[in-house]
Amino acid sequence: MNTTITENAVAVRNVYKNYGDVEALRDLSLDFPKGQLTSLLGPSGCGKTTLLKIIAGLLPANSGEVLVNGQPVSGPGPDRAFVFQDFALMPWASTIRNVAFGLELRGVAKSEREAVAEKYIAAVGLKGFENSYPHELSGGMRQRVGLARALSVNAEVLLMDEPFSAVDEQTRRKFQEDLLGLVQNENKTFLFVTHSIEEAVYVSDQVAILLPRPSRVSEIIRPQGFRNKDVDSIRRDPEYLDLVDKIWASLRSYVE
Amino acid sequence: MFTRHRAVILKLCSAIFMFGAWEIAGRIPVSFAFPTFFESLAAFWVLIMDGSMFRAYAETLKPLVIGVLISGFFGIAIGLWIGLNRAFDWLVSPIFVVMQTAPLAALIPLLVMAYGIGLTSKVFVVCIMAMPVIVLNTAGAVRNTSVSLIEMGKAFLGTRRDIILKIILPSASPVIFAGLRLGVSAGFIGAILAELKITPTGVGDIISYSRSIADYPSMYAAIASIIVLAVLFLNLLERLEGFLFKGNRKTLVSD
Repeated sequence: MNTTITENAVAVRNVYKNYGDVEALRDLSLDFPKGQLTSLLGPSGCGKTTLLKIIAGLLPANSGEVLVNGQPVSGPGPDRAFVFQDFALMPWASTIRNVAFGLELRGVAKSEREAVAEKYIAAVGLKGFENSYPHELSGGMRQRVGLARALSVNAEVLLMDEPFSAVDEQTRRKFQEDLLGLVQNENKTFLFVTHSIEEAVYVSDQVAILLPRPSRVSEIIRPQGFRNKDVDSIRRDPEYLDLVDKIWASLRSYVE
Repeated sequence: MFTRHRAVILKLCSAIFMFGAWEIAGRIPVSFAFPTFFESLAAFWVLIMDGSMFRAYAETLKPLVIGVLISGFFGIAIGLWIGLNRAFDWLVSPIFVVMQTAPLAALIPLLVMAYGIGLTSKVFVVCIMAMPVIVLNTAGAVRNTSVSLIEMGKAFLGTRRDIILKIILPSASPVIFAGLRLGVSAGFIGAILAELKITPTGVGDIISYSRSIADYPSMYAAIASIIVLAVLFLNLLERLEGFLFKGNRKTLVSD
Protein backbone atom coordinates (compact mmCIF):
# COMPACT_ATOMS: atom_id res chain seq x y z
CA MET A 1 0.00 0.00 0.00
CA ASN A 2 1.45 3.29 -1.10
CA THR A 3 -1.52 5.49 -0.20
CA THR A 4 -0.20 6.37 3.25
CA ILE A 5 2.64 8.32 1.65
CA THR A 6 0.48 10.37 -0.66
CA GLU A 7 -1.97 11.14 2.11
CA ASN A 8 0.71 12.85 4.14
CA ALA A 9 0.99 16.59 3.53
CA VAL A 10 4.19 16.69 5.54
CA ALA A 11 6.57 13.88 6.41
CA VAL A 12 9.56 14.22 8.72
CA ARG A 13 12.21 11.54 8.17
CA ASN A 14 15.02 10.82 10.67
CA VAL A 15 15.69 14.43 11.50
CA TYR A 16 18.61 15.33 13.77
CA LYS A 17 19.23 18.82 15.08
CA ASN A 18 21.99 20.00 17.39
CA TYR A 19 22.61 23.42 18.88
CA GLY A 20 26.32 23.19 19.53
CA ASP A 21 26.67 20.30 21.96
CA VAL A 22 23.00 20.26 22.85
CA GLU A 23 21.02 17.62 21.04
CA ALA A 24 17.63 19.17 20.28
CA LEU A 25 16.18 16.46 18.03
CA ARG A 26 17.38 12.88 17.61
CA ASP A 27 16.22 10.67 14.78
CA LEU A 28 12.75 12.15 14.73
CA SER A 29 10.22 10.84 12.22
CA LEU A 30 6.61 11.89 12.04
CA ASP A 31 3.77 12.02 9.49
CA PHE A 32 1.22 14.77 9.16
CA PRO A 33 -1.90 13.57 7.31
CA LYS A 34 -3.38 15.88 4.71
CA GLY A 35 -6.40 17.97 5.69
CA GLN A 36 -5.98 17.23 9.38
CA LEU A 37 -4.72 19.05 12.41
CA THR A 38 -1.73 17.52 14.15
CA SER A 39 -0.54 18.91 17.46
CA LEU A 40 3.01 18.75 18.70
CA LEU A 41 2.62 18.56 22.44
CA GLY A 42 5.30 18.38 25.06
CA PRO A 43 7.00 20.07 27.97
CA SER A 44 9.14 23.13 27.32
CA GLY A 45 12.54 22.31 25.86
CA CYS A 46 11.33 19.24 24.00
CA GLY A 47 12.12 20.80 20.62
CA LYS A 48 8.60 21.19 19.30
CA THR A 49 9.18 24.73 18.07
CA THR A 50 12.54 23.65 16.62
CA LEU A 51 10.77 20.91 14.67
CA LEU A 52 8.14 23.35 13.40
CA LYS A 53 10.83 25.79 12.25
CA ILE A 54 12.70 23.03 10.47
CA ILE A 55 9.49 22.13 8.64
CA ALA A 56 9.00 25.81 7.84
CA GLY A 57 12.49 25.92 6.35
CA LEU A 58 13.56 28.60 8.82
CA LEU A 59 16.12 26.30 10.47
CA PRO A 60 18.30 23.72 8.74
CA ALA A 61 18.33 20.18 10.11
CA ASN A 62 21.71 18.55 10.72
CA SER A 63 20.54 15.45 8.92
CA GLY A 64 17.38 13.74 7.79
CA GLU A 65 14.76 15.29 5.56
CA VAL A 66 11.38 16.95 5.56
CA LEU A 67 8.98 16.26 2.70
CA VAL A 68 6.09 18.55 1.88
CA ASN A 69 3.78 16.88 -0.65
CA GLY A 70 6.64 14.52 -1.39
CA GLN A 71 9.10 17.31 -2.18
CA PRO A 72 12.11 17.78 0.12
CA VAL A 73 12.23 21.11 1.96
CA SER A 74 15.31 23.29 1.50
CA GLY A 75 13.88 26.60 2.73
CA PRO A 76 10.61 28.47 3.15
CA GLY A 77 8.14 27.82 0.34
CA PRO A 78 4.77 28.95 -0.97
CA ASP A 79 3.22 25.67 0.21
CA ARG A 80 3.64 26.63 3.88
CA ALA A 81 2.51 29.62 5.94
CA PHE A 82 3.53 30.41 9.51
CA VAL A 83 1.57 31.79 12.45
CA PHE A 84 3.88 33.20 15.12
CA GLN A 85 3.59 32.95 18.87
CA ASP A 86 4.34 36.68 19.30
CA PHE A 87 2.20 37.53 16.22
CA ALA A 88 5.20 39.11 14.36
CA LEU A 89 3.14 42.02 13.07
CA MET A 90 4.85 45.09 11.70
CA PRO A 91 3.92 47.91 14.10
CA TRP A 92 4.27 50.57 11.39
CA ALA A 93 1.83 48.82 9.06
CA SER A 94 -1.97 48.86 9.16
CA THR A 95 -3.99 45.66 9.48
CA ILE A 96 -4.58 45.45 5.76
CA ARG A 97 -0.88 45.91 4.91
CA ASN A 98 0.09 43.31 7.53
CA VAL A 99 -2.42 40.80 6.20
CA ALA A 100 -1.44 41.48 2.59
CA PHE A 101 2.30 41.38 3.39
CA GLY A 102 2.79 37.75 2.35
CA LEU A 103 1.27 38.57 -1.04
CA GLU A 104 3.23 41.83 -1.23
CA LEU A 105 6.47 39.84 -0.88
CA ARG A 106 5.27 37.56 -3.68
CA GLY A 107 4.85 40.58 -5.94
CA VAL A 108 1.04 40.53 -6.16
CA ALA A 109 -0.36 43.90 -7.33
CA LYS A 110 -1.66 46.19 -4.62
CA SER A 111 -5.36 46.22 -5.55
CA GLU A 112 -5.40 42.46 -5.98
CA ARG A 113 -3.64 41.64 -2.72
CA GLU A 114 -5.78 44.09 -0.77
CA ALA A 115 -8.93 42.48 -2.11
CA VAL A 116 -7.68 39.10 -0.86
CA ALA A 117 -6.62 40.63 2.46
CA GLU A 118 -10.04 42.25 2.94
CA LYS A 119 -11.71 38.91 2.43
CA TYR A 120 -9.61 37.21 5.11
CA ILE A 121 -9.82 40.17 7.50
CA ALA A 122 -13.59 39.72 7.35
CA ALA A 123 -13.22 35.94 7.69
CA VAL A 124 -11.32 36.24 10.98
CA GLY A 125 -13.85 38.78 12.28
CA LEU A 126 -11.83 41.99 11.99
CA LYS A 127 -14.01 43.85 9.48
CA GLY A 128 -13.78 47.57 10.24
CA PHE A 129 -10.23 47.34 11.58
CA GLU A 130 -8.50 47.35 8.16
CA ASN A 131 -6.78 50.66 8.82
CA SER A 132 -5.96 50.14 12.49
CA TYR A 133 -2.39 49.72 13.60
CA PRO A 134 -1.29 46.75 15.76
CA HIS A 135 -0.92 48.88 18.90
CA GLU A 136 -4.57 49.81 18.59
CA LEU A 137 -5.66 46.14 18.66
CA SER A 138 -5.98 43.73 21.58
CA GLY A 139 -3.75 40.64 21.83
CA GLY A 140 -6.47 38.39 20.47
CA MET A 141 -7.16 40.70 17.55
CA ARG A 142 -3.45 40.85 16.74
CA GLN A 143 -3.30 37.09 16.46
CA ARG A 144 -6.36 37.20 14.18
CA VAL A 145 -4.31 39.50 11.95
CA GLY A 146 -1.46 36.96 12.05
CA LEU A 147 -3.89 34.19 11.14
CA ALA A 148 -5.43 36.23 8.30
CA ARG A 149 -1.93 36.87 6.90
CA ALA A 150 -1.18 33.13 6.91
CA LEU A 151 -4.53 32.30 5.29
CA SER A 152 -4.26 34.96 2.60
CA VAL A 153 -1.22 33.37 0.95
CA ASN A 154 -3.35 30.26 0.45
CA ALA A 155 -0.69 27.75 1.46
CA GLU A 156 -1.70 24.10 1.84
CA VAL A 157 0.08 23.74 5.16
CA LEU A 158 -0.40 26.06 8.11
CA LEU A 159 2.35 26.01 10.73
CA MET A 160 1.18 27.42 14.04
CA ASP A 161 3.71 28.01 16.79
CA GLU A 162 1.82 28.24 20.09
CA PRO A 163 -0.49 30.73 18.42
CA PHE A 164 -2.87 31.13 21.35
CA SER A 165 -0.41 31.15 24.23
CA ALA A 166 -0.15 34.95 24.36
CA VAL A 167 -3.90 35.63 24.45
CA ASP A 168 -6.25 35.54 27.41
CA GLU A 169 -8.20 32.42 28.39
CA GLN A 170 -11.62 33.45 27.03
CA THR A 171 -10.14 34.55 23.72
CA ARG A 172 -8.17 31.31 23.54
CA ARG A 173 -11.35 29.22 23.91
CA LYS A 174 -13.01 31.20 21.14
CA PHE A 175 -9.91 30.72 18.98
CA GLN A 176 -9.95 26.98 19.58
CA GLU A 177 -13.59 26.75 18.51
CA ASP A 178 -12.89 28.88 15.43
CA LEU A 179 -9.89 26.70 14.60
CA LEU A 180 -12.10 23.59 14.48
CA GLY A 181 -14.31 25.36 11.94
CA LEU A 182 -11.24 26.38 9.95
CA VAL A 183 -9.91 22.81 9.79
CA GLN A 184 -13.29 21.59 8.51
CA ASN A 185 -13.85 24.33 5.95
CA GLU A 186 -10.43 25.30 4.63
CA ASN A 187 -9.17 21.89 3.53
CA LYS A 188 -5.65 22.69 4.70
CA THR A 189 -3.20 20.75 6.81
CA PHE A 190 -2.51 22.28 10.21
CA LEU A 191 0.60 21.74 12.33
CA PHE A 192 -0.02 23.10 15.75
CA VAL A 193 2.54 23.49 18.53
CA THR A 194 1.15 23.78 22.02
CA HIS A 195 2.07 23.09 25.62
CA SER A 196 -1.55 22.85 26.72
CA ILE A 197 -2.84 19.27 26.97
CA GLU A 198 -6.48 20.37 26.91
CA GLU A 199 -5.90 22.54 23.87
CA ALA A 200 -4.11 19.75 22.00
CA VAL A 201 -6.84 17.20 22.68
CA TYR A 202 -9.60 19.71 21.94
CA VAL A 203 -8.41 20.81 18.49
CA SER A 204 -6.43 17.87 17.12
CA ASP A 205 -7.13 14.98 14.81
CA GLN A 206 -3.77 13.63 15.93
CA VAL A 207 -1.63 14.52 18.95
CA ALA A 208 2.09 13.77 18.77
CA ILE A 209 3.60 13.73 22.23
CA LEU A 210 7.23 14.80 22.25
CA LEU A 211 9.56 14.06 25.10
CA PRO A 212 12.77 15.97 25.80
CA ARG A 213 16.47 15.18 26.13
CA PRO A 214 16.79 14.19 23.38
CA SER A 215 13.55 15.03 21.73
CA ARG A 216 11.60 12.13 20.28
CA VAL A 217 8.02 11.21 19.53
CA SER A 218 6.90 9.10 22.45
CA GLU A 219 3.32 8.51 21.43
CA ILE A 220 0.71 9.42 18.83
CA ILE A 221 -2.85 9.73 20.00
CA ARG A 222 -5.83 10.01 17.68
CA PRO A 223 -9.03 11.13 19.37
CA GLN A 224 -11.88 9.15 17.76
CA GLY A 225 -15.29 9.70 19.26
CA PHE A 226 -15.77 13.41 19.68
CA ARG A 227 -14.14 14.89 16.60
CA ASN A 228 -17.44 15.33 14.80
CA LYS A 229 -19.36 16.49 17.82
CA ASP A 230 -20.59 19.97 18.52
CA VAL A 231 -17.86 22.34 19.80
CA ASP A 232 -19.79 22.88 23.03
CA SER A 233 -20.00 19.24 24.05
CA ILE A 234 -16.37 18.23 23.42
CA ARG A 235 -15.14 19.42 26.78
CA ARG A 236 -17.72 17.19 28.52
CA ASP A 237 -17.02 14.12 26.41
CA PRO A 238 -15.67 11.19 28.48
CA GLU A 239 -13.06 10.34 25.82
CA TYR A 240 -11.78 13.95 25.86
CA LEU A 241 -11.44 13.85 29.66
CA ASP A 242 -9.76 10.43 29.62
CA LEU A 243 -7.24 11.49 26.99
CA VAL A 244 -6.31 14.65 28.91
CA ASP A 245 -5.73 12.52 32.02
CA LYS A 246 -3.77 9.90 30.15
CA ILE A 247 -1.46 12.41 28.50
CA TRP A 248 -0.85 14.18 31.79
CA ALA A 249 0.03 10.85 33.39
CA SER A 250 2.71 10.22 30.77
CA LEU A 251 4.08 13.76 30.82
CA ARG A 252 4.11 14.53 34.53
CA SER A 253 7.42 12.78 35.23
CA TYR A 254 9.13 15.12 32.73
CA VAL A 255 7.98 18.31 34.41
CA GLU A 256 10.36 19.67 37.02
CA MET B 1 -9.04 69.01 21.51
CA PHE B 2 -8.37 69.84 25.14
CA THR B 3 -5.11 67.93 25.24
CA ARG B 4 -3.92 69.69 22.11
CA HIS B 5 -4.62 73.09 23.64
CA ARG B 6 -2.99 72.02 26.84
CA ALA B 7 0.20 71.05 25.01
CA VAL B 8 0.37 74.47 23.33
CA ILE B 9 -0.37 76.30 26.60
CA LEU B 10 2.26 74.33 28.51
CA LYS B 11 4.85 74.98 25.81
CA LEU B 12 4.05 78.69 25.89
CA CYS B 13 4.40 78.63 29.68
CA SER B 14 7.77 76.95 29.34
CA ALA B 15 8.93 79.61 26.86
CA ILE B 16 7.63 82.48 29.05
CA PHE B 17 9.35 80.97 32.06
CA MET B 18 12.67 80.67 30.24
CA PHE B 19 12.57 84.13 28.66
CA GLY B 20 11.38 85.57 32.00
CA ALA B 21 14.36 84.04 33.75
CA TRP B 22 16.61 85.45 31.01
CA GLU B 23 15.07 88.92 31.39
CA ILE B 24 15.49 88.87 35.18
CA ALA B 25 19.06 87.55 34.96
CA GLY B 26 19.85 90.33 32.50
CA ARG B 27 18.34 93.00 34.73
CA ILE B 28 20.15 91.94 37.94
CA PRO B 29 22.62 91.81 35.98
CA VAL B 30 24.53 88.54 36.38
CA SER B 31 27.29 90.05 34.22
CA PHE B 32 27.63 93.31 32.31
CA ALA B 33 28.19 91.08 29.26
CA PHE B 34 24.77 89.45 29.65
CA PRO B 35 21.96 91.48 28.04
CA THR B 36 18.27 91.22 28.91
CA PHE B 37 15.85 89.25 26.76
CA PHE B 38 14.22 92.38 25.36
CA GLU B 39 17.54 94.03 24.50
CA SER B 40 18.49 90.89 22.59
CA LEU B 41 15.09 90.82 20.89
CA ALA B 42 15.56 94.44 19.79
CA ALA B 43 19.05 93.62 18.48
CA PHE B 44 17.59 90.64 16.65
CA TRP B 45 15.03 92.91 14.99
CA VAL B 46 17.76 95.29 13.86
CA LEU B 47 19.80 92.41 12.41
CA ILE B 48 16.71 91.20 10.54
CA MET B 49 15.81 94.64 9.23
CA ASP B 50 19.23 95.55 7.88
CA GLY B 51 19.45 92.13 6.22
CA SER B 52 22.67 91.07 7.93
CA MET B 53 20.96 88.08 9.58
CA PHE B 54 19.85 86.74 6.20
CA ARG B 55 23.27 87.24 4.64
CA ALA B 56 24.80 85.47 7.64
CA TYR B 57 22.50 82.46 7.32
CA ALA B 58 23.07 82.22 3.58
CA GLU B 59 26.72 81.69 4.54
CA THR B 60 26.23 79.45 7.61
CA LEU B 61 23.63 77.18 6.03
CA LYS B 62 26.01 76.11 3.24
CA PRO B 63 28.34 73.90 5.33
CA LEU B 64 25.46 73.01 7.63
CA VAL B 65 23.11 71.72 4.93
CA ILE B 66 25.86 69.96 2.96
CA GLY B 67 27.29 68.41 6.14
CA VAL B 68 23.92 67.29 7.47
CA LEU B 69 22.90 65.78 4.13
CA ILE B 70 26.19 63.89 3.82
CA SER B 71 25.98 62.72 7.44
CA GLY B 72 22.34 61.67 7.09
CA PHE B 73 22.81 59.74 3.86
CA PHE B 74 26.17 58.10 4.52
CA GLY B 75 25.50 57.83 8.25
CA ILE B 76 22.39 55.71 7.71
CA ALA B 77 24.04 53.68 4.93
CA ILE B 78 27.17 52.92 6.97
CA GLY B 79 25.09 52.27 10.09
CA LEU B 80 22.93 49.81 8.16
CA TRP B 81 25.98 48.01 6.89
CA ILE B 82 27.55 47.85 10.36
CA GLY B 83 24.29 46.53 11.78
CA LEU B 84 24.04 43.79 9.17
CA ASN B 85 27.64 42.65 9.07
CA ARG B 86 29.64 41.65 12.15
CA ALA B 87 33.04 41.89 10.44
CA PHE B 88 32.31 45.37 9.08
CA ASP B 89 31.11 46.32 12.56
CA TRP B 90 34.48 45.42 14.11
CA LEU B 91 36.32 47.13 11.29
CA VAL B 92 34.45 50.42 11.18
CA SER B 93 32.67 51.05 14.49
CA PRO B 94 35.85 52.09 16.36
CA ILE B 95 36.37 54.96 13.89
CA PHE B 96 33.01 56.44 14.78
CA VAL B 97 33.48 55.90 18.49
CA VAL B 98 36.78 57.81 18.20
CA MET B 99 35.07 60.52 16.15
CA GLN B 100 32.36 60.86 18.74
CA THR B 101 34.68 61.19 21.69
CA ALA B 102 37.50 63.21 20.08
CA PRO B 103 37.90 66.80 21.34
CA LEU B 104 36.92 68.38 18.04
CA ALA B 105 37.99 71.95 18.82
CA ALA B 106 41.54 70.73 19.29
CA LEU B 107 41.49 68.89 15.96
CA ILE B 108 40.26 71.82 13.91
CA PRO B 109 43.76 73.23 13.24
CA LEU B 110 44.68 69.85 11.78
CA LEU B 111 41.67 69.95 9.45
CA VAL B 112 42.57 73.49 8.39
CA MET B 113 46.10 72.40 7.56
CA ALA B 114 44.79 69.54 5.47
CA TYR B 115 41.81 71.16 3.77
CA GLY B 116 42.38 74.90 4.08
CA ILE B 117 40.05 77.48 5.53
CA GLY B 118 37.26 77.09 3.01
CA LEU B 119 33.98 75.27 2.85
CA THR B 120 35.57 71.79 2.88
CA SER B 121 36.94 72.12 6.39
CA LYS B 122 33.63 73.46 7.69
CA VAL B 123 31.69 70.64 6.10
CA PHE B 124 34.15 68.25 7.74
CA VAL B 125 33.53 69.77 11.16
CA VAL B 126 29.75 69.42 10.69
CA CYS B 127 30.16 65.80 9.58
CA ILE B 128 32.47 64.89 12.45
CA MET B 129 29.90 66.29 14.84
CA ALA B 130 26.81 64.84 13.19
CA MET B 131 27.82 61.50 11.71
CA PRO B 132 28.94 59.29 14.64
CA VAL B 133 25.65 59.39 16.52
CA ILE B 134 23.70 58.74 13.32
CA VAL B 135 25.93 55.79 12.39
CA LEU B 136 26.00 54.25 15.86
CA ASN B 137 22.25 54.67 16.45
CA THR B 138 21.41 53.19 13.06
CA ALA B 139 23.75 50.24 13.62
CA GLY B 140 22.33 49.52 17.06
CA ALA B 141 18.75 49.71 15.83
CA VAL B 142 19.40 47.48 12.84
CA ARG B 143 21.13 44.91 15.02
CA ASN B 144 18.19 44.88 17.44
CA THR B 145 15.53 44.20 14.82
CA SER B 146 13.06 41.70 16.23
CA VAL B 147 14.18 38.18 15.29
CA SER B 148 10.62 37.05 14.81
CA LEU B 149 9.88 39.86 12.32
CA ILE B 150 12.88 38.77 10.26
CA GLU B 151 11.73 35.13 10.48
CA MET B 152 8.29 36.28 9.39
CA GLY B 153 9.83 37.95 6.34
CA LYS B 154 11.71 34.75 5.47
CA ALA B 155 8.71 32.50 6.11
CA PHE B 156 6.62 34.60 3.71
CA LEU B 157 9.33 34.34 1.05
CA GLY B 158 10.89 37.78 1.34
CA THR B 159 14.23 38.24 -0.41
CA ARG B 160 17.19 39.67 1.51
CA ARG B 161 16.45 43.04 -0.13
CA ASP B 162 12.75 42.87 0.88
CA ILE B 163 13.70 42.07 4.44
CA ILE B 164 16.14 44.99 4.66
CA LEU B 165 13.87 47.55 2.99
CA LYS B 166 10.49 46.44 4.27
CA ILE B 167 11.29 45.10 7.72
CA ILE B 168 14.71 46.09 9.09
CA LEU B 169 14.73 49.76 8.04
CA PRO B 170 11.15 50.59 9.08
CA SER B 171 11.57 48.77 12.37
CA ALA B 172 14.83 50.63 13.06
CA SER B 173 13.38 53.96 12.00
CA PRO B 174 12.42 55.32 15.46
CA VAL B 175 15.99 54.91 16.70
CA ILE B 176 17.43 56.07 13.35
CA PHE B 177 15.32 59.22 13.62
CA ALA B 178 16.41 59.72 17.22
CA GLY B 179 20.00 59.50 15.95
CA LEU B 180 19.22 61.94 13.13
CA ARG B 181 17.78 64.43 15.62
CA LEU B 182 20.88 64.18 17.83
CA GLY B 183 23.14 64.28 14.79
CA VAL B 184 21.45 67.35 13.34
CA SER B 185 21.68 69.23 16.64
CA ALA B 186 25.35 68.31 16.85
CA GLY B 187 25.70 69.48 13.23
CA PHE B 188 24.33 72.92 14.18
CA ILE B 189 26.92 73.12 16.96
CA GLY B 190 29.58 72.02 14.48
CA ALA B 191 28.59 74.67 11.92
CA ILE B 192 28.92 77.48 14.47
CA LEU B 193 32.08 75.98 15.92
CA ALA B 194 33.62 75.91 12.43
CA GLU B 195 32.76 79.57 11.89
CA LEU B 196 34.23 80.56 15.23
CA LYS B 197 37.37 78.45 14.90
CA ILE B 198 38.22 78.45 11.19
CA THR B 199 37.16 81.69 9.50
CA PRO B 200 34.55 84.05 10.88
CA THR B 201 31.70 83.95 8.37
CA GLY B 202 27.94 83.93 8.68
CA VAL B 203 26.38 83.65 12.10
CA GLY B 204 29.75 82.86 13.66
CA ASP B 205 30.96 86.22 12.31
CA ILE B 206 28.05 88.07 13.95
CA ILE B 207 28.83 86.31 17.23
CA SER B 208 32.57 87.00 17.25
CA TYR B 209 32.28 90.53 15.76
CA SER B 210 29.60 91.70 18.22
CA ARG B 211 31.58 90.24 21.07
CA SER B 212 34.70 92.11 19.98
CA ILE B 213 32.84 95.45 19.98
CA ALA B 214 30.95 94.57 23.19
CA ASP B 215 27.59 94.56 21.37
CA TYR B 216 26.32 91.76 23.56
CA PRO B 217 22.62 92.01 22.61
CA SER B 218 23.52 91.26 18.96
CA MET B 219 25.76 88.42 20.03
CA TYR B 220 23.00 86.78 22.04
CA ALA B 221 20.47 87.45 19.29
CA ALA B 222 22.68 85.49 16.90
CA ILE B 223 23.16 82.64 19.39
CA ALA B 224 19.44 82.47 20.10
CA SER B 225 18.57 82.54 16.40
CA ILE B 226 20.61 79.41 15.72
CA ILE B 227 18.91 77.62 18.62
CA VAL B 228 15.48 78.61 17.28
CA LEU B 229 16.40 77.39 13.82
CA ALA B 230 17.67 74.08 15.22
CA VAL B 231 14.45 73.55 17.19
CA LEU B 232 12.31 74.31 14.14
CA PHE B 233 14.32 71.89 12.03
CA LEU B 234 14.09 69.13 14.65
CA ASN B 235 10.32 69.53 14.74
CA LEU B 236 10.22 69.26 10.98
CA LEU B 237 12.19 66.01 11.22
CA GLU B 238 9.79 64.66 13.82
CA ARG B 239 6.83 65.43 11.57
CA LEU B 240 8.53 63.69 8.68
CA GLU B 241 8.96 60.60 10.86
CA GLY B 242 5.34 60.73 11.98
CA PHE B 243 4.28 60.98 8.35
CA LEU B 244 6.50 58.15 7.10
CA PHE B 245 5.91 55.60 9.86
CA LYS B 246 2.50 56.30 11.31
CA GLY B 247 2.09 53.14 13.37
CA ASN B 248 5.49 53.52 15.01
CA ARG B 249 4.20 56.72 16.58
CA LYS B 250 2.50 55.52 19.70
CA THR B 251 2.01 58.97 21.18
CA LEU B 252 1.20 62.21 19.42
CA VAL B 253 4.03 63.97 17.65
CA SER B 254 4.85 67.06 19.65
CA ASP B 255 4.66 70.37 17.87
